[in-house]
Amino acid sequence: MSEPILSLRNINKSFGAVHVLRGVDLDIYPGQVTALVGDNGAGKSTLIKCIAGIYTPESGDYHFDGKPVTVSGPRDATALGIEVVYQDLALCDNLDIVHNMFLGREKKKGVTLDESHMELLARQTLDGLSVRTVKSIRQTVSSLSGGQRQTVAIARAVLWNNKVVILDEPTAALGVSQTEQVLHLVRRLADAGIAVVLISHNLTDVFQVADNIAALYLGTMAAQVKLSEVSTNQVIELITTGKSAGVTKTEAKK
Amino acid sequence: MSIDTPTPTLKSAMGDYWSRVKSGDIGSLPAVLGLIALCAVFTTMSSFFLTPGNFANLLTQAAGVIVIAMGLIFVLLLGDIDLSAGYSAGVSGAILVILVTNHHWGWAPALAVSIVAGIVMGLVIGSLVSYLGVPSFVVTLAMFLAFQGILLLLAGEGGTIPITDKTVVAIENSNMSPLLSWAFYLGASALYILSGLRKMAMRRKAGLKSELVQLWALKTFGLLAICAGAVYSLNLERSNNVALVSLKGIPEVVVLILAILVVGTFFLGRTSFGRHLYAVGGNAEAARRSGIDVKRVRLMAFVICSTLSAIAGLIFVSRANSVSPTTGGNATLLYAVGAAVIGGTSLFGGKGKMRDAILGGLVVAVIDNGMGLLGYAAGIKYIVTGLVLLVSAGVDALSRKGSS
Repeated sequence: MSEPILSLRNINKSFGAVHVLRGVDLDIYPGQVTALVGDNGAGKSTLIKCIAGIYTPESGDYHFDGKPVTVSGPRDATALGIEVVYQDLALCDNLDIVHNMFLGREKKKGVTLDESHMELLARQTLDGLSVRTVKSIRQTVSSLSGGQRQTVAIARAVLWNNKVVILDEPTAALGVSQTEQVLHLVRRLADAGIAVVLISHNLTDVFQVADNIAALYLGTMAAQVKLSEVSTNQVIELITTGKSAGVTKTEAKK
Repeated sequence: MSIDTPTPTLKSAMGDYWSRVKSGDIGSLPAVLGLIALCAVFTTMSSFFLTPGNFANLLTQAAGVIVIAMGLIFVLLLGDIDLSAGYSAGVSGAILVILVTNHHWGWAPALAVSIVAGIVMGLVIGSLVSYLGVPSFVVTLAMFLAFQGILLLLAGEGGTIPITDKTVVAIENSNMSPLLSWAFYLGASALYILSGLRKMAMRRKAGLKSELVQLWALKTFGLLAICAGAVYSLNLERSNNVALVSLKGIPEVVVLILAILVVGTFFLGRTSFGRHLYAVGGNAEAARRSGIDVKRVRLMAFVICSTLSAIAGLIFVSRANSVSPTTGGNATLLYAVGAAVIGGTSLFGGKGKMRDAILGGLVVAVIDNGMGLLGYAAGIKYIVTGLVLLVSAGVDALSRKGSS
């Protein structure tokens, strides 16, 4: 296995008296999909917010590309090349696909917007992800389906050459065929060399695309294992009880 | 290229437009149809409605409301409102008149001070809305009363201060000569055609699909033909007594409005500030997460709105040759909001264009003017205009439902 691009060691985070993350370790590898699973309240959201710089952990080490870094705000995470696609996608319905992909980071020529340049880059990115489901890249986001919106949000994260893309429940609100589309897209992201973190409650999805699974249980990392080494039942045990016969916590460290 | 359908034809472009209309993206269509219908009705009912004199009168009548509506569009795009825009025009107008008439200033420095006053009013409203977080409805309702008070104090109770400065009065009361009118039309048309051609050429150079040339030509030359008709009609003699005074040519205020239209359209469509306005209006949270300074965008929108109100103040005092405690008052603000909404700007934010103010402003002015000619009481005019505004807002709400 190659070196992890992002690795967290012994992360602790409390909110008042509640100790949400207790010494969590996590490794994220380039070109792989790491599924982050865990029951409600296990600390998945808190963990990704720590990665994204929205929360600052009380203690723990944050290594990026082998070097220790301090991430004390969302800007630091963005600067490292970490992008989170949240569940609500944060798209503007009244703007078109190109506008949304460049929102807040518009390409300019002098004082005016360089529409042609942005359209070309957006098109290249969508083509690179083999997105063929949108009719025109100048249609407004309000006219897109749920899966297409997810695609636009993911493509926006890819457009800026991010090294780590974190997807928060990307298939939660989608139907069967759209879920399929998005999972294919997730796979292609990883194949393009991006380190993908997939947060999901749906183990079918996880087993379809993930390379390794990190299971959180009550704020601790129950295990981080290769997908090929575990069964669905073992993962369910990890999520519900924090341990499973045949899976030891040490496997997470390899 | 994998995305995008095959090269569009005129027929497929029409089909696309129709499906957009059906899905609720109707834009200015109701305003255009309404304008045609209203003109047809009033022309059959009043022989005076479609005369060159009344046409010119209509434009100067609508001018102030149109300029306020243009400013309001910036605020409406965010889903906010500025109820004080009418009286901020009144206050700016009063400052202009007092400096010129009472203090014998030249028109230029006086106008500069009145516009600065507009900017300051916008900064106050914008800061309260954006940094303190008071809803714009409440802030501007308070300012509506406060500005009305300032205007009353400035003008003196029941008092009217006249203004005789030639340049100020000329804006609403003078016309370009017919020759200059045609030259202006030709120059503006040439620039309009060139900018359209340049846009298409640049897209083609970048290897992107551009708008269908036939469709562009149809739209451009259709618009220019209508404008040519308007210029021709404005160049006809409309004085009742030619021996005494000759009245013909494009009113100067039209040039001012077109200039604001061009600058405003450029800001909204071609700069990142304009893009951010639409983004904040569409989804403020998404805009914030994309790194857009939402508070600053909101502040700027209110500053632009009040600045354009100050220019509307100039138009009001020019039209009345004076300022009074009702300048910019009465139904002015409601007419301006009505103009923007009738023109196709959404009250929910995120949707609207500068030209909406002109189309909607003309609809409001045609109702006002036509019903006046037919001898209806002011009360009836208010009721009809109110109902038209209500219908437009209803259409806006329905189209929003349809698209979501």
